[in-house]
Amino acid sequence: MCVTCGCGGDSHAHSHHHTSDHDHGHSHGKTVVEVERDILQENNLLAARNRGYFEAKNILALNLVSSPGSGKTSLLERTLRDLNKELTCYVVEGDQQTTRDADRIHATGTKVTQINTGKGCHLDAHMILHALQGLKPQENSIFFIENVGNLVCPAMFDLGESERVVVISVTEGDDKPIKYPDMFHSATICVINKIDLLPYVPFSMEQVKNFARQVNPNLQFIEVSCTTGEGLSTWYDWLRSRVGVAEPA
Amino acid sequence: MHELSLVMGVLNIAEEEMKKHQAALIEEIELDIGLLSGVEMAAFDFAWEQAKKSTPLENTKRTINLIAGEGVCQDCNHAFSVQEFYDPCPNCGQHLIHILKGKEFRVKSLTVS
Repeated sequence: MCVTCGCGGDSHAHSHHHTSDHDHGHSHGKTVVEVERDILQENNLLAARNRGYFEAKNILALNLVSSPGSGKTSLLERTLRDLNKELTCYVVEGDQQTTRDADRIHATGTKVTQINTGKGCHLDAHMILHALQGLKPQENSIFFIENVGNLVCPAMFDLGESERVVVISVTEGDDKPIKYPDMFHSATICVINKIDLLPYVPFSMEQVKNFARQVNPNLQFIEVSCTTGEGLSTWYDWLRSRVGVAEPA
Repeated sequence: MHELSLVMGVLNIAEEEMKKHQAALIEEIELDIGLLSGVEMAAFDFAWEQAKKSTPLENTKRTINLIAGEGVCQDCNHAFSVQEFYDPCPNCGQHLIHILKGKEFRVKSLTVS
């Protein structure tokens, strides 16, 4: 914008007065534009739109993040089988390739959409917007979003979720929270999976929680085993307590 | 490598602003990047070099203002510089830290002509 006249910026001349007593025109050469725009603004606006949809319909939207193989899909399969009669659930599966995870969820009788990101390493709010248009989730339901297995990239992308659930398994090592602090910083719930394997691995429950609390003192923990079912009742109680109570995140 | 998506975000903003100001060229771009924003600079640079080809940013001079992390302890109110999210408060040793600075990730200005 031309700072002299406030015009849109086509090349034109203005005269102005100098103390050295000569006037001359100025033409538009360089213009410095103070942009001050968040680079993730587009994603964040779409995330806000998704969040509004979830809140208006009292939908609990959960963004499940973890490294590959921590058991996100197993946790969902088990949860859906156990809660199917009680709660209405929807699932969005994010993977680079294949519909294998969506097939596993479909087998539980739950409405599911698979998003293949191709070379992409994370889901973004735009993908969730389209998944919402396809799934049309009804009121007072749970909308599970299983993100791409990756503890780094999905941390920066708000999807409009009510809560971000980070899943970690005891086979991964108890120092994960400080090795990948961004993800643990942005999560609100930490599900610690595969606790049936604790006797076989050098994993300290106390240590992992200490590390995680250093990054995020407000993080809540739920310890589960999707194989034996241990601890799952705590997870289900937490889900029940949050459905229909979709407060702003 | 989410840095490629981030560079594409910068490119979108640059192209929009260029159109808005009916500019032919983006001479300079200034970015604010916080050290706690989650952007890996080496990956960002790599993605930048690849993604800028055949775009208005191809010959643009890029300036990056790296913004150091700053936080304030919620327990004792002590303000201090934060290198990592797990840094304890140097005054009381607690971890309940409110981040004041360092999460920025924005296009600050463009010089167009």
